[in-house]
Amino acid sequence: MKLAIQHTTVYRYEAPVNYTIQYLHLTPRTASCQRVLRWRLETPGQVIEMPDAFGNLMHVLVVDKPHDEIAIRVSGEVETTDTAGVIGSETESLPPGVYMRRSHLTEGGDAVADLVSPLRKIVSKDRLDGLHALLSKVSAAVAYRQGETDAQTTAADALIQGSGVCQDQAHVFVAAARALGVPARYVSGYLHVGLGSGDNASHAWAEAWVDGLGWVGFDITNGISPTEAYLRLAVGLDYLSCAPIRGVRRGGGSEAMDVSVQVNQGSLGVTPTVPLSPDGGQAQ
Amino acid sequence: MASAFVPLRVNGKARAAPAPVKKDAPVERDARPAPIPAVKAAKIKSAQVKAKAPAAKPAAAKAAPRIAAPKAALPKAAAGVHKPVAFDEMTSFAGSGPVTPEKVREVYRVFAEWQATVPAKEFERKRKEAELLFRRLGITFLVYGKESSTERLIPFDVIPRIFTADEWQIIHDGCCQRVRAINAFLHDIYHNQDILQAGRIPAEEVLINPQYRPEMQGLDVPGGVYVHIAGLDLVRTGERDFYVLEDNLRTPSGVSYMLENRNVMMRLFPDLFSAHKVAPVDNYPAHMLESLRGLAPGVSNPTVVLLSPGAYNSAYFEHVFLADQMGIDVVEGQDLFVKNGHVFMRTTKGPQQVDVIYRRVDDDFLDPLAFHRDSMLGVPGLLAAYRAGNVTLANAIGTGVADDKSMYVHVPEMVRFYLGEEPKLSNVPTYVLRDDKDRAYVLDNLDKLVVKEVHGSGGYGMLVGPAATTKERQDFAKRILANPGNYIAQPTLALSTCPTFVAKGIAPRHVDFRPFVITGKTQTLVPGGLTRVALIKDSLVVNSSQGGGTKDTWILEA
Amino acid sequence: MLGRSANHLYWMSRYIERAENTARILEISQRMALLPHVAKKGASEWQAVLEIAGDVEEYKKRFGDITAAKVTAYLTLDRENPSSIWSTIRAARENAHAERVSITSEMWESLNATWLEVKDLTPDMLGKNGQRDFFDWIKERSHLFRGITFGTMLRDEAYNFGRLGTFVERADNVARILDVKYHVLLPSPTDVGGVIDNFQWGALLRSVSGFRAYHRVYHDTIEPSRVTELLILNDSMPRSLHSCLDATVSLLGMLSDDKPTEAARLAGEVHASLHYGKIGDIFRTGLHEFLTVFLARNNALSAEIQNSFHLAA
Repeated sequence: MKLAIQHTTVYRYEAPVNYTIQYLHLTPRTASCQRVLRWRLETPGQVIEMPDAFGNLMHVLVVDKPHDEIAIRVSGEVETTDTAGVIGSETESLPPGVYMRRSHLTEGGDAVADLVSPLRKIVSKDRLDGLHALLSKVSAAVAYRQGETDAQTTAADALIQGSGVCQDQAHVFVAAARALGVPARYVSGYLHVGLGSGDNASHAWAEAWVDGLGWVGFDITNGISPTEAYLRLAVGLDYLSCAPIRGVRRGGGSEAMDVSVQVNQGSLGVTPTVPLSPDGGQAQ
Repeated sequence: MASAFVPLRVNGKARAAPAPVKKDAPVERDARPAPIPAVKAAKIKSAQVKAKAPAAKPAAAKAAPRIAAPKAALPKAAAGVHKPVAFDEMTSFAGSGPVTPEKVREVYRVFAEWQATVPAKEFERKRKEAELLFRRLGITFLVYGKESSTERLIPFDVIPRIFTADEWQIIHDGCCQRVRAINAFLHDIYHNQDILQAGRIPAEEVLINPQYRPEMQGLDVPGGVYVHIAGLDLVRTGERDFYVLEDNLRTPSGVSYMLENRNVMMRLFPDLFSAHKVAPVDNYPAHMLESLRGLAPGVSNPTVVLLSPGAYNSAYFEHVFLADQMGIDVVEGQDLFVKNGHVFMRTTKGPQQVDVIYRRVDDDFLDPLAFHRDSMLGVPGLLAAYRAGNVTLANAIGTGVADDKSMYVHVPEMVRFYLGEEPKLSNVPTYVLRDDKDRAYVLDNLDKLVVKEVHGSGGYGMLVGPAATTKERQDFAKRILANPGNYIAQPTLALSTCPTFVAKGIAPRHVDFRPFVITGKTQTLVPGGLTRVALIKDSLVVNSSQGGGTKDTWILEA
Repeated sequence: MLGRSANHLYWMSRYIERAENTARILEISQRMALLPHVAKKGASEWQAVLEIAGDVEEYKKRFGDITAAKVTAYLTLDRENPSSIWSTIRAARENAHAERVSITSEMWESLNATWLEVKDLTPDMLGKNGQRDFFDWIKERSHLFRGITFGTMLRDEAYNFGRLGTFVERADNVARILDVKYHVLLPSPTDVGGVIDNFQWGALLRSVSGFRAYHRVYHDTIEPSRVTELLILNDSMPRSLHSCLDATVSLLGMLSDDKPTEAARLAGEVHASLHYGKIGDIFRTGLHEFLTVFLARNNALSAEIQNSFHLAA
C-alpha cells in the first residue's frame, strides 16, 4: 500500500526564545515492511542528520536566533507491505538483549508482575502464542481513553488506572514482555485508518523479540499485529528514547503546540511543499 | 554458625604470624589477603593466619561460583577468631611493639633515622603548618548543610608513605595492564561484543546494566580510548601483595591531593627530600593535558575545557585546581551550547568552539535530551555532537559499566581475554549476591564480611560486618534479600598499615592507595598517587567522607 | 573569559555598591526626619525612600501604611525584599562564591565574613543608635572590600568587569540620592535658603561623603546648584556621575579590545553629556527630568553591557 504522510507540528511562544535545540525522530527508514519513496523534513533552522543509539534516523535542530515560533513539517510517501507484523532483524544496531533494560516509563512494578504471572508457562512453551495472549490481556487491562494520562505516565500507573492512550498501552505491553523475559521495545509511527474515519494520526505500538522471526509488532490499541496500514518511524526503550520531538529552549515563557497529521492512501497532492522560512533547513 | 556454602573451603592453610618475609620468595598470584578480626581483640586467640586459597576448586562445585578469584579462607567462628597481623610498611610483620632499627624495612631506614631525631612537638608544629598551607591553597572539600556550607579540610598526615622502585613496578605494570584490558573491554562491548558471544561474561550483566549506554554502540571514540583517567583503588597485605579493590573509571577524583600533598611536604621537610630520591609527580597535569589534546577530533589547536557541576559540588576545588594547572577553563553546562553539531562556550568575546571536554559530570546528567531530562548540569545536544565525532569526552560516556562492582569480578577475565596475559594484580575475592550460593554464604557470615552496593561509592551504603551490631547486620540482611543483585561482599582485608602522626604520637594506621592511570596516545602512570589513611585506630574505612585522611606517597627512584 | 564568570563579578560589585548606597540613603533620610518640618509632612519622605530603593507596591501589600520604622526595617534586614541590605549582601556573596577562583581569597574571606555577620541579624537587634552604627558598618565593609579588591586582584578582564559593576551601580544610586532631595523632598518655597534647607543639603553632601569636598572646592556656603554640580559634573569627586562615567568609559574601552561595541558607544554618549554639560542647563530643563533621563540611559547601558559581552546566556 502506498501511504502519503503530511505531519506538521507548530510551537508558539508567548515571548521570544533565544535558543532552541530539538532531537527529531521524524524520518522513517526502509525496512522489510516499508520502502521510503520520498521524504522531506522542513525546519526553521539548521539540522544535522545522524543515526541514533537504536538505529533510527535522528535530526538535531538548532535555532539560535530569537524566535517565537518553531514549525516542523514532514511529508513523504512510503510503500508498505503486510508482513503479518514480522520485522526481522536485518537493520538492527543493537542485540535484542538491550531491550530488556529498565526505563522509567516502562517501570511495571507489582501491577505488571501480577498481570504476567499467569502467562509464564505459555510464553516459555511458545513465545509467539504467549505474546499474542499478552496482547489480548493488555488490551483488556488498559482501555483506550484519552485525557487520563500524560507523557510522564508510567506503565504501572496506566495499568493500575486501567486506561490510557496508545503510548501507555505500548508501555504496559513492553514492561510486561520484559517481565516475562522477552526483549521488547516501543515503536512510534503512523497509522492509516481508512477514508472517512478521520482518525489518522501518530500512533504507537510495541515490538517483541521472537527467536527465528526477529522483531514482531503488536498493536495493543487495535489488538492486532501491524499491517500495511502501519508506518514505523522509530523504535526505542520507551516513548522518551524515540519521541518524534524532544527539545529544550532558553526563554519563551509559555508554549502552545498545534499538531496536524494526515495519512492518506496514494500519492501526495501536487501542491509543492514550500519551506517555512527562507533559511529553512531540509533533509531528504 | 555453619556455612551452607559448599565450594568454600572454610579453613585455608594457616600460617603463623609473624611470617618472615623472604625477599626472593616467588609471589603467588593466588595468595589471598587475610581477613580482619571479626570480634574484639580480647577474644582473639594467638593463632594468626595469613590465609591461602585452595589450590583448585573443589570438585563438588558443579555450579561454578560466580566469583573471579578463589575466595579467601575465612576463620570459622567456632574455632575461635583469628586476628591477622596487618603488614606494616615500615616494620613488616614485626607487630606493634616499639620500633627498633632492626625491625625497620630498608625502604624506611633513612626516614626512621631522621624521625628518631625529631621530637613529637615538631611533628605537631608541622601538622599545623600543613593545615594552614592547605587552607591558604583552598584545597578544601565542601560539606553542605541546609542553610550554610562548611568547608572542611581533609586531614593531612605529615608522615610520608614510601614505596621502593620495585614495589612501584608491580603497581605500575599491574594498573597499566588492567586499564588496557578495560579499554579493550569497553571498545568490545560497544562494538562486536566478542567477550559476550564467547560466553566469558554473561551478556545480560552488560546489556541491562544501567551503566551500559546503548548510545555508545558502534561509536568510534578518538584513539579508541574510553577511560582517559582511571583511579584504581589498591590495598596491600604483604611485601609484594597488592590487590585491586575497585576501579574508578567514570570521574575519579583525588589527584589534586596527590599534587598538593607533595607541594606541602616539600615545603615542610626539604631535608627529608634531599635525603631521598623521590620521583616527581608534578608533571601530571602536563601529561593529562597532552593526552586530552592528543585525542581531540581532528583540529590542530584544540580548546580543552573542564566541565564541572559547579561551585556546590564537593570536588569543585579539585576541578578548579586541575584546570588551573592545565591552563584550561572550568565551565558549567550553561556555559556551553551546541550548534551545527559542534560544542561552543559562551565567552565575553563571543562563542568559542570546544573540542575536548574533561568532564566531571556523570553520564546521566550530560545531555538532558538523551539522559536525565531534568538535568540542569549538562548540555542539551552534547550527545549528538559527541556521536557526530565533533567533540572528545574524557572519560567517554558509558565507562561506568566496567567499574560497576558486579563487573569488577570479571576484570581478570578481561585481562586474559583481550591481552592474552595473566593479571599482574589480583582482585579481592568477591561474592556476588545475585548468586544463590554466594548469597547463602554471605548471609551466614555477615559478621566477617564487608557488603557493598553494586553502584555505591564513598563508603556509603555499605556494611562492615565485624564492626556492625547484630541489629545492623539483621537490618542489612533484609536489604540484601529485598534486592540481592544490588550487592556484593568481600572479606574484610587486613589492609597494610603505615606510621601515622596521631594524638598519641606516631602509630600504625591502615591505608589504601589510588594511583591514576592516564591513557592518551600512550599510557602514563605518574609515580605517586593518593594514599588514604584511616586515622582511627584499627579502622579500615579510609574514605574522606568517613573521617579518613591523606598522605603524600613517595616512590623512591632506583 | 566565560560570560557567566564576568556576569558574576559584575553583579557581585553591583550588589556591594547597592548595599552601601541603600545604607547611605537610609542615613540621609533619618537625618532629615529629625527636622521639625518633617513631622508635618507625614510619611511622604519615606514614600520617596521606598520609590528610590524598594518596591512601593510590594511594600504596601505587606506592610500597609508607610512609617519610618517599617520602611527602615523593609530596606535593612527584610529577608523577602530582594533590595534590602540583607538580600543584596547575600546576593553579592553568592556571586562571589560562584567565582571564588577568579577573586582573591582575601576578597572572598572579607565578603563571606560580612555575610556571616549580617545573616542572623534581626531589626530588634539594632536599636535607634544601632541603626546608625549598622549603616556605618555596612559602608565600612563596602570600603574594605573595594580596598582589598584594589590591593590584591590581578588587573585582568575579571577585575575590569568587577570595577564596571561598581561604577554602573554607583552612578545609578547617586542619581537616585540626588532625586530624593530634589524631587520628593521638595522643600516648601519658604524654606529655600533657610536653616532647614541648608541642613538638608548638608545632609545630602554628607551622605555621599562630599561635605568637606564641597568646602574644598567652593570655599563658600552651601548652595543647591553647587551641590548638584559637584555630584553630577565634577570629575574629581569620586562619587559624581561624571567620575562614574569616566571610569565606565575607560573600562569598556579595555574590555572591548578596541573593537567598537554598542556598550562603549552608549557610555560615550552619556559621558559626553556630563563632560560637556553645564549646571545652568541642567537646572533649566529641571534636575528631576535630567536625573530621570540619566537613570534610563544608565539602565540601557547596563543592559547593553550584558548583551555586548555575552554576560547572560
